Amino acid sequence: MDKHNYKSYRIEAENICVDYHGKVALYDANLRLKAGQICGLVGMNGAGKTTFFNALTGFVNISKGKIRINGESLRIAQKYQAIAYVPQSEGIDSQFPVSVWDVVMMGRYGSMNILRSPRESDIQAVKDAIDRVDLMELSSTPIGNLSGGQRKRTFLARAIAQRASILLLDEPFAGVDIRTEKLISELFIQFKNEGKTILLSTHDMIHVREFCDLVLLINKTVVAYGETSEVFTPENITSTFGGMSPDVLLGPES
Amino acid sequence: MDLCFLNINITSYVADPLSHEFMRKALLMSSLVAAVCGFLSSYLTLKGWALMGDAVSHSVMPGVVVAYALGLPFSLGAFIFGVGSVALIGFVKQKSRVKEDTVIGLVFTGFFALGIVLVSKIKSNIDLHSILFGSPLGISLSDVKQTVFISLLVVILLSVFRKDLILYCFDPRHAKTVGINVLFLHYLLLTCLSLAAVVGLQSVGIVLVVAMLITPGATAYLLTDKFDNMTIISVISAIISSVFGIYLSFWFDLETGGSIVLVQTFMFLFAFLFAPRYGIFKLKKFFSKY
Ligand SMILES: Nc1ncnc2c1ncn2[C@@H]1O[C@H](COP(=O)(O)OP(=O)(O)OP(=O)(O)O)[C@@H](O)[C@H]1O
Ligand SMILES: [Mg+2]
Repeated sequence: MDKHNYKSYRIEAENICVDYHGKVALYDANLRLKAGQICGLVGMNGAGKTTFFNALTGFVNISKGKIRINGESLRIAQKYQAIAYVPQSEGIDSQFPVSVWDVVMMGRYGSMNILRSPRESDIQAVKDAIDRVDLMELSSTPIGNLSGGQRKRTFLARAIAQRASILLLDEPFAGVDIRTEKLISELFIQFKNEGKTILLSTHDMIHVREFCDLVLLINKTVVAYGETSEVFTPENITSTFGGMSPDVLLGPES
Repeated sequence: MDLCFLNINITSYVADPLSHEFMRKALLMSSLVAAVCGFLSSYLTLKGWALMGDAVSHSVMPGVVVAYALGLPFSLGAFIFGVGSVALIGFVKQKSRVKEDTVIGLVFTGFFALGIVLVSKIKSNIDLHSILFGSPLGISLSDVKQTVFISLLVVILLSVFRKDLILYCFDPRHAKTVGINVLFLHYLLLTCLSLAAVVGLQSVGIVLVVAMLITPGATAYLLTDKFDNMTIISVISAIISSVFGIYLSFWFDLETGGSIVLVQTFMFLFAFLFAPRYGIFKLKKFFSKY
């Protein structure tokens, strides 16, 4: 009974702390997400959003606290590809000589043999994923020749191909046009209906209102966390952004 | 008639050196070494490990000297110091606030200096010149065996883990997320780097071996957008440079290591100026006008 309860959380982060060479970037952060929930991660530049993702993917070690994915350790979750990560554009070398197809195929590596030779099912998964982000005509294009928005979609396709139940997206809407924005947000709704858990960071307050069930406001630690309607208030936003008036951030109507 | 004469002349220029046993051996071994270094080079340039390559190749110096003095295979000594320098760089970086490139520069010059001091102290029949500048024309039989063995090892490792290494260079975070052992890949690449530096230094010497490890990859990077093609171009350009460099040194009596690297540099320069997409003059555009 207790165990079942434990398992009902997809992501459980308890009092996690991360420091880079002794400099604290995140402390005492908590987060609990269930299947089918979309959570927005909001904070200033340098607030620790990417750091939070790094902790959840295991890319940096947490110095304190505990992370459980589907009730199990991170290492086990990695073994069965539970988490897919879509990087912030700044985090990747956009001139790397690989094609859209190659990148999306990387989503399948975790479940392939040691030589990473694709099976029929892998090829199908890659095709489906590229199709869903509407990049079929560009599938053999080197990523260096793509626009920023197309590259975003490529990494989204990689996450889809991975068939993970948890999606972590670092600023998926940064620098994309309205069409791509619409395509991405429709995909998020589909993911939600498929029961996936989504954590996404964004600087766009409208998106949070639009489709985030929950919101996590951070500034090196959690400022506020809960249902968007309750937590996403001007007061909380102001304190997250270090005293900046919510009018500036949200527009005068709010 | 004239043409026939020219033909014979060129043939003898190319064929004459091949009548010498040491030239045949030098050409074969240098091509093999160049191929291995060229293969690795496409990973190193993409990973941004040029400075690391420089560090490892200089740090092997004391290892080579000690191994010669003790009568051990020089590759063993070199390998231990190559990997040791990397470990030391990692340690110092983690435990101090000094920036990484400073630590790298600090450690490798320290090791290199130690090597030079050891040579002067041990005073055996170590030929400092051949360690520093390479001696592809004087490779011994036991060196040949070691080189072939190490080369095969590196090629096999890089081939088996090819896709993982590409992913590691491209997006280590994703690799980690899907449960791939990133730390293993990191040390695998470092091991291959140390081994390639060990075989490469016979051809062009410690001082210039870093060129073998980065120039072919950089040249290839300007010519293609596909990783596979990049590796192929890199290997081919490395082999051509080696063969042509050795011929040049034979014809004009030049320092062999230097002329190999110089040919590589010229190949890079050519790609830099005339590469179809990424060259300064973009040849493709030029042709498509007509
Ligand atoms: N690899 C690193 N080494 C040292 N410090 C780091 C490293 N990565 C991040 N930091 C520091 O940690 C803090 C949080 O950075 P983080 O990248 O998580 O911010 P962020 O919220 O993602 O910002 P942005 O909106 O600009 O992407 C910053 O002060 C940053 O300087
Ligand atoms: Mg960030």
